[in-house]
Amino acid sequence: MYEQHITKQYRNKDISQKLINKIKNISTKKISLMEVCGTHTMSIFRHGIRSVLPENITLLSGPGCPVCVTSQKDIDIFIKLSTLKNVIITTFGDLIKVLGSSSSLEKEKAKGKDIRIVYSVFDALEIAENNKHKQVVFCSVGFETTTPTIACCILMAQKRKISNFSIHSSNKITPPALLALMKIKKINVNGFILPGHVSVITGANAFKPVFEKYNISCVIAGFEPVDILESILMLVQQNELKTPLFKNAYKRVVDFNGNLKAKKIMNQVFERTHANWRGLGVIHKSGMNLKKEFNEFNALTRFQISVLEKKEPKQCICGEILMGLKTPKDCILYKKKCTPFDPVGPCMVSTEGACAAFYKYNN
Amino acid sequence: MKQNKILLEHGSGGKISNSMISKMIIPIFDNSILAKLNDGAELNIKGQRLAFSTDSYVADPIFFKGGNIGDLAVNGTINDISMCGAEPLYLSAGLILEEGFLLSDLEKILKTMAKAANKAGVKIVTGDTKVVPRGNADKIFINTSGIGIIPEKVNVSGDNAKVGDKIIISGTIADHGITIISSRKGLEFDSDIKTDSASLNKMVKDMLAISNNVHVLRDPTRGGLGTTLNEIAFQSNVGIRINEEFLPINKQVLGICELLGFDPIYIANEGKLLAFVSCDDADKILKVIRQNEFGKHAAIIGEVVCDNPGKVFLNTTIGGTRIIDMMIGEQVPRIC
Ligand code: SF4
Repeated sequence: MYEQHITKQYRNKDISQKLINKIKNISTKKISLMEVCGTHTMSIFRHGIRSVLPENITLLSGPGCPVCVTSQKDIDIFIKLSTLKNVIITTFGDLIKVLGSSSSLEKEKAKGKDIRIVYSVFDALEIAENNKHKQVVFCSVGFETTTPTIACCILMAQKRKISNFSIHSSNKITPPALLALMKIKKINVNGFILPGHVSVITGANAFKPVFEKYNISCVIAGFEPVDILESILMLVQQNELKTPLFKNAYKRVVDFNGNLKAKKIMNQVFERTHANWRGLGVIHKSGMNLKKEFNEFNALTRFQISVLEKKEPKQCICGEILMGLKTPKDCILYKKKCTPFDPVGPCMVSTEGACAAFYKYNN
Repeated sequence: MKQNKILLEHGSGGKISNSMISKMIIPIFDNSILAKLNDGAELNIKGQRLAFSTDSYVADPIFFKGGNIGDLAVNGTINDISMCGAEPLYLSAGLILEEGFLLSDLEKILKTMAKAANKAGVKIVTGDTKVVPRGNADKIFINTSGIGIIPEKVNVSGDNAKVGDKIIISGTIADHGITIISSRKGLEFDSDIKTDSASLNKMVKDMLAISNNVHVLRDPTRGGLGTTLNEIAFQSNVGIRINEEFLPINKQVLGICELLGFDPIYIANEGKLLAFVSCDDADKILKVIRQNEFGKHAAIIGEVVCDNPGKVFLNTTIGGTRIIDMMIGEQVPRIC
């Protein structure tokens, strides 16, 4: 009579139940699996996947939420840019609540600064075209899924000779973060649920070094509950048999080489640089900076500003949570001083962040 | 760092709005009628029970698929009154207009308001107009208030949910919110989704005519189904269990939600009601709702339970469980 979504194959109750039973039947070892994509985090919570798994399987949320891994310094830069005269700041919604060392974009907006939420970088460009007498700055965050679009927008701005548009890039790439994570001695991860969306762009190959170097089970996963359960089953199987493998379980959209066109545009505009990841510190060649020839679109060069690196809030353990060493419940500020209404750390801000997801779905 | 200024989120209808209402507005106005926190106030004037309600409407864009801010304002207040179990009779309309707003747009909106009121059998009997300088308002803001009569024997209130009650939703969720979101700049989707804005007074009248066991009525507008269920769980101090697989949702709406990373449970509806009814009467009430033009897709989606009072749980389609909290802040499209 009316359309319901349950008929969808990837949310099918029977298929899910079969997978859950299989996982329960074969799983004996205590293992921790990490997902490294905000959309996985949300999907796992939303479908109650934790609640159907046996207790010996722990799911961890790694550094997969672009807002959460944005360093305090970058937030401070965004805030400083917003205080300049004649500047319109454009940003994705989640970012405006993240605290810098002393304020947030949201608080600056309430003070009257011109800060506008956009859904896409192209909206920011349009705002620039419609406000020729003002400077429009886009606060650029995101992984390989977002960066090609931003590159495309920069090329368009160049072609159209739009001179009042610039970005500050805090864009990052995922595989180096996983390699850095594995280097940490205390890390206790037995398998990665690898990000499907990112892999569409990068291709499965981009994550292969993680498997090759550390001999850890890796499965590229989609985002529907059946996708995620399937991947968990594969990771459990590999761990039980002690045969780590690199598998692509999201073949319906991910291939080995990825989207060559998107990668080309991204590399035409951006170059790799060291980047500071919140909680993880500086990771070699994990950031995306505008190339020199696009300096006119680089807000830092255009406005000649700099900010000092300040200490991140001491009690916030976002970093350790992103590394899978702790869970939000280990944080003494969690649900007390730190809530989604008054977040202390970025993991509580972004809906894709581990603390916010715990708060929303687990209390 | 504590908040000392109003943020956009204070108007989102979620947890932060609720905390402003309970911590600031209720203590300041301090009276037992307001403290009931229903969609409208229930008054008793010389033995006659009346429902009285007000709501202000801002919309961006003001014209969207299936309607505009005008019918939203009329239907919204009619529904608030209906959710008290009352028959709405008269409305007021207050307009705040921005200098430069097109007269032709105003006329269009007023005509839609008249049409919506006519259809519901309600009259707009008093009003007010103010104009503010350009930039001091966004095109047009509308406030509507209304009154209605509560029939004898009707006892509908947010604190009246009882363990064992069945929970009915009168149709697909999230249609209105997704219509608005998908017509916003930068997110224009090509779809047939349109607002569900509608007056539900006739539906409510039919329900109350066949059953004395309708305990709670609510229209899950801002903050969506999830927030409204939490309000009722809190007001009635009961637990609520919802089955995801029974939630009616349009495929296209779900598709857009997935794309943006939105949870349809927190997306606004403008022509849906939630009814908590006794288990025995649930089927016949469902039948009556389905006979109404706006209730074709109604479904029983869950029940009131005695465990975990004040909390709402969802049995997910894959057999898992999760808690549904109130909406925390506006949902924003995912980046990842
Ligand atoms: S609860 Fe807040 S302070 Fe604690 S780790 Fe999470 S974001 Fe940081």
